[in-house]
Amino acid sequence: MNSDQVVNGINSSNNKISRRQALWWLTLLLFLVLGFSFFLGRYPSPGFIKIERLMNDSLAQSLVFNLRLPRLLTAALLGMALSAAGVIFQMIFGNPLVEPGFLGVSQGASFGAALSIIFFTQSAWAVQTSAAIFAFLGLGFSYFLARRVHYGGWVLRLILAGIAVSALFSAGLGVLKYTADPLSQLQEITFWLLGGLWGLTWPKFLSILPAVFIGLFIAYRMRWRLNLLSLNDETAFSLGAAPGRERTLVLVAAVIATSAVISVAGMVSWVGLIIPHISRRLFGADARFVLPGSMLIGAAFTILCDDLARVLFAGEIPLGILTSLIGAAIFMGLMIQKRVLVQR
Amino acid sequence: MTTAALLNFNQIKFTYPIGKSAVMESLDLEILSGTVTAILGPNGAGKTTLLHLAQGWLKPQHGQILLNQQALSSFSRRSLGQWIGLVPQAEHIPFEYSLLEFVLLGRAPHMAPLAMPAQADYEIAIEALRQVGMYELQERSILSLSGGERQLVLVARALAQQPKLLLLDEPTSHLDLSNKGRLLNLLRELLAKDVTILFTTHEPEVASALATQLVLMKKGEILKTGPFSDVFTSDNLSELYQLPVSVADISGRKVALWA
Repeated sequence: MNSDQVVNGINSSNNKISRRQALWWLTLLLFLVLGFSFFLGRYPSPGFIKIERLMNDSLAQSLVFNLRLPRLLTAALLGMALSAAGVIFQMIFGNPLVEPGFLGVSQGASFGAALSIIFFTQSAWAVQTSAAIFAFLGLGFSYFLARRVHYGGWVLRLILAGIAVSALFSAGLGVLKYTADPLSQLQEITFWLLGGLWGLTWPKFLSILPAVFIGLFIAYRMRWRLNLLSLNDETAFSLGAAPGRERTLVLVAAVIATSAVISVAGMVSWVGLIIPHISRRLFGADARFVLPGSMLIGAAFTILCDDLARVLFAGEIPLGILTSLIGAAIFMGLMIQKRVLVQR
Repeated sequence: MTTAALLNFNQIKFTYPIGKSAVMESLDLEILSGTVTAILGPNGAGKTTLLHLAQGWLKPQHGQILLNQQALSSFSRRSLGQWIGLVPQAEHIPFEYSLLEFVLLGRAPHMAPLAMPAQADYEIAIEALRQVGMYELQERSILSLSGGERQLVLVARALAQQPKLLLLDEPTSHLDLSNKGRLLNLLRELLAKDVTILFTTHEPEVASALATQLVLMKKGEILKTGPFSDVFTSDNLSELYQLPVSVADISGRKVALWA
């Protein structure tokens, strides 16, 4: 009998699924989605590729192994990182409606990417590095601004500072777009802002893997502690936590992972907001289950959205548009629907 | 009853960072081990600030706080969490934790920083819920509870923490009469287990029912302190609240009557 079954407590004898089992089912689901997406594409014709063809056609092999597979894995990382960051931001700020778009992280990253595209180089690593640097600058700037604000509680101050910093970066981005060369740079910036995973290759995937792994590893190890950090400062302190230091640590972990995925995928919005909500519907509030649940659901959701993005039309649909469209629709549905729980 | 001091405030000066004037100028206080101390005082007297200083969350600008004869600042956060439990007056709870999940958080100072709660932690948390009479509700969402029930859950979390010094900030403010009685009995049981208790209250009869020591606090200063029956007098209470208060003795218990 593991400790999770105690959570079921009095009702442990009935046939509800335990939360640990639910996580295994989600893992299985993720692998199914990965497998299914591996065979799905537009070569030679839209739909599933036949195994015989994959065995014999060298173009098909190259396509599937060198382009599709790294893209699928990156989509999984993207979904995991954005969803985990969403859970972390929501826990830390004690507010279920925040995501990394707050605190200037996303806006900083887009500003940094545009800056690199216009003034330095369009090469992937430069854009990625610049995006990551400005994502951190956005967070840092929001943090220090919030410390100087003398109004309201810490969370409110952070959010106010984040709004101001985001607006600043958005305005900067506007200036950059205005000065960009409309024939080359502006297109590049626009595609980046819409978000997508086209042209994903193994080197790109491998370049973000360490950062995403480190960020998610820290977050995962601190998953139970996130509950503690969602409480008032003095309560968290009285339970032996260092609220300031520990919150900063998980936030930095979240930003490391998000800025890495944003740097290759551009702005893919709504995943960080909607997935933690779905996960909470399934697992309750305990971040010990909500965090891994979000990572698994987020990965599967992003892979499926990316499937649509690359297969639906001959010309690719930007992933960010799809996640926003589907995410917003699900969000509305969740808000008006009665709650559906696996178990509480 | 032991008489060693568990907690000492020595010439404590405290000002909030944004505040204009000092909340406390030079406050001295001694909390004896194995006692129940009540702090009575008007709104804004600095009672909650005193508790936050005692738990180590707020740090005085001047003076020293000793816990068990050692500087409070020399304790690690985790050992502070093992020593001192806090029951806040109310708490913002952003997510729908189940009662058990919430009470389990009280085990944090006894666990390694990245550990998950173990079977023993669950058992302690469930026992704490049983003690406050909420065993049956353990899977309920904490946000579905009434104010008084939530207050009891906050107490349960502190029980799961198993502290040696328990700080409670107006623990009975939302409780009905029967829950007040339940809480008082619980605190008496803790006292028998050698837990030292320090609580603030606006209800003289709650202080009277439980406290062995009494602190009267006004404008950041200690007006009077000492054994309960010595301090709980008409003169002292009238001075504290600027209101004629008379103290009567009803079946062995002191009761304050006012207005």
